[in-house]
Amino acid sequence: MSEVQREELNYDVVIVGAGPAGLSTAIKLKQLDTNLSICVLEKASEVGAHILSGNVFETKALDELIPNWKDLNSPINTSVTSEDFLFYTKTKSMKVPNFFLPNVLKNHGNYIISLSNLCKWLGEFAENLGVEIFPGFAASKLLYDNDQKVIGVQTGDMGLDKNFKPKDNYEPGINIKGKVTVLSEGCRGHLGKEVLKKFNLDSNNKSPQQYGIGFKEIWEINSENHLIGKVSHSVGWPLESDTYGGSFCYHAENNQIYLGYVIGLDYKNPYLSPYDEFQQFKTHPDIKKLLDGGKRISYGARALIEGGLQSLPQMYMPGALLIGCDAGTLNMPKIKGSHTAMKSGIIAAEVINDHINSNKELSEYESKFKNSWVYEELYKARNVKPSFQWGLIPAMIFTGLDQKIFGGKLPFTLQHKHADHESLIPAKKAKKITYPKYDGVITFDKPSSVYLSGTNHADDQPNHLLLNDKDLSTNFTIEEYDEPAQRYCPAGVYEVEFDNDLQKKILKINSQNCIHCKTCDIKEPSQNIEWVTPEGGGGPIYSGT
Amino acid sequence: MKVLVAVKRVVDYKVQIRVKSDNSGVETQNVKMSVNPPDENAIEEAVKLKEQGLANEIISVSIGDDKSQDVLRTSMAMGIDRSILVKSQNTLEPLAVAKTLKIIIDKEKPDLVLMGKQAIDDDSNQTGQILSALLNWPQGCFISNLKIENNKVFISREIDEGIENLETSLPAVLTCDLRLNTPRFASLPNIMKAKKKPLETIDIDTLGIDTSSKIKTLKVIEPPKRKAGIMVNDVKELVQKLKYEAKVI
Repeated sequence: MSEVQREELNYDVVIVGAGPAGLSTAIKLKQLDTNLSICVLEKASEVGAHILSGNVFETKALDELIPNWKDLNSPINTSVTSEDFLFYTKTKSMKVPNFFLPNVLKNHGNYIISLSNLCKWLGEFAENLGVEIFPGFAASKLLYDNDQKVIGVQTGDMGLDKNFKPKDNYEPGINIKGKVTVLSEGCRGHLGKEVLKKFNLDSNNKSPQQYGIGFKEIWEINSENHLIGKVSHSVGWPLESDTYGGSFCYHAENNQIYLGYVIGLDYKNPYLSPYDEFQQFKTHPDIKKLLDGGKRISYGARALIEGGLQSLPQMYMPGALLIGCDAGTLNMPKIKGSHTAMKSGIIAAEVINDHINSNKELSEYESKFKNSWVYEELYKARNVKPSFQWGLIPAMIFTGLDQKIFGGKLPFTLQHKHADHESLIPAKKAKKITYPKYDGVITFDKPSSVYLSGTNHADDQPNHLLLNDKDLSTNFTIEEYDEPAQRYCPAGVYEVEFDNDLQKKILKINSQNCIHCKTCDIKEPSQNIEWVTPEGGGGPIYSGT
Repeated sequence: MKVLVAVKRVVDYKVQIRVKSDNSGVETQNVKMSVNPPDENAIEEAVKLKEQGLANEIISVSIGDDKSQDVLRTSMAMGIDRSILVKSQNTLEPLAVAKTLKIIIDKEKPDLVLMGKQAIDDDSNQTGQILSALLNWPQGCFISNLKIENNKVFISREIDEGIENLETSLPAVLTCDLRLNTPRFASLPNIMKAKKKPLETIDIDTLGIDTSSKIKTLKVIEPPKRKAGIMVNDVKELVQKLKYEAKVI
């Protein structure tokens, strides 16, 4: 397409992504210097619409950012009142006595919240301080100057057809420039991925990054089964002991429960279907009883970043900072990333304010981060996730010792051995897995689940799931791994079809179903799938979930 | 020519609608809300009329609580010059909406009123028609094409037999079909400009009209679930099943 004239806007700070991290940066910046001009871009149709999280919320970072949040009608209402940690077998469950649980798994003083609602609230708070938030606009490209310093972003073109031809309502993207750009896109942001490579931000990492895929359904259940404030976690069935993962179940307001499952994307069997493991989990007698007479009201899935300190990249680069889950600040044993993401955003604001107003370098981020409580938390947590490569039981025993006796301060650091895309074994060496049929009452097929997520992309727009090598799936992945994309994708985007002309199996990509979880970008064994931003405003609507 | 566009804030068309557990209505809390889609066509048409030099001022009106400012800001980001919000805590029925709009129209004296053919939340499809009767102006409903020349209005509307072409005069009330145009995206600079455009707020209680409900909602329930389909082996079995089990042929 020929070069189009693009409008240009200039701000002091451009923030990509209105999640907990980016909004914390925006709010803190305005608190430090009300004259700074700040722009936040959000690809979802409204703030919170692409936010999906458990979520049991630790208020530590929010207490620092907005100390009087309790007086401000925030959506943080449900205190954790009781909790248990269970070990599941196919028909039984065993409660791990609370005495044995490490402190990181204790949630007294935390709240069960909708992170989507919290982000919406933080967004309104930021706007009242004068932050300009633009939902419905995807930051599709980074802008660099001649010295390769990041100077802003370009928003995606709107109104292109699938052949990149302008439609009636074509609206070219614009260039938004800032003295500093903050990348807070969440786990596996596509601009974050670009800067990691361009600036070699992870070259000093001891371990490759690790990811998981998380599912969340909201159920309205019978009031006699509901215990507001109750938090449950489980490990075990239906996962095999060599697969990292577990369930969560949080009893929220209005007889709702937040029911979900997280599976490490370092799983080995290409026949494993994370979606079906979650659906199967719901057929456990305990869960079945809980859901009896209830109704599923929402569904979503999102990749999460689990590598922790060993995999955390350098978070500063010329002209930009990489924060929150876009960098990888989640605390895996705590299963919490919101408070650490927010703190990483608060630190970013302090560094940026010093940079703009006192000429300090963005590299100050490193020492400020190291001296913060986030670093301390991540340091203590660092050995838990890698210990799971020994299998569930040894890992649980090790974690008990590491966390309970040594407080995370053992004098060595375990490493993650492989990146998630390297872990699959060839299909012919793998055991096929047959999952039970969906009953339409507590287990559901992917199309009806995606339907509940409100996912939509404007018709006839360019495909946003690109194959670097168009023929690789046909020539290699389908044969070697029986195309795992058809199973790891939680939205049914990828299907394998027989093409009569080619007389071969081909990969069909239904990108309009995409719920922006980024799992394909992470797990594809040859790293052949590239997730790029579709037209702004598309994707799921997780508002209120 | 001055054009007035009526805009309603509704649950976004992509959202899976959920009935409240007490069956009193549809859940709207923490649900994404948007401009009623055919109202977007009305906004787009007004902006086009201004771009063609036919309209010199285009204004939008909405009735609702403070949050309805969102849809008015969206309309201004698309090109509307200024907006009026009539503040009301209650959901109004079409007659009350039309009465409210009439008061605004008496004051603003537009030559043309545009609105969506119906709102996707209650699907009433009455406001435009009632309004034209209250004003005693001609009406054109479900328009899919519009041309204005020398004070004459030429419209096309889809009917069962095909396309009906009609001519009327100004002032008029026209309700818009989705086929009328493709609403533009509000560009980012225009969203910024829209934040500074005038938005007047009027309390509905100051208008002195009866806006009380004439209809009582007894209960809102979900439609019955569709049963799963079955696979048949051949045409013969299909015909058998249609005839003797489904009893439709």
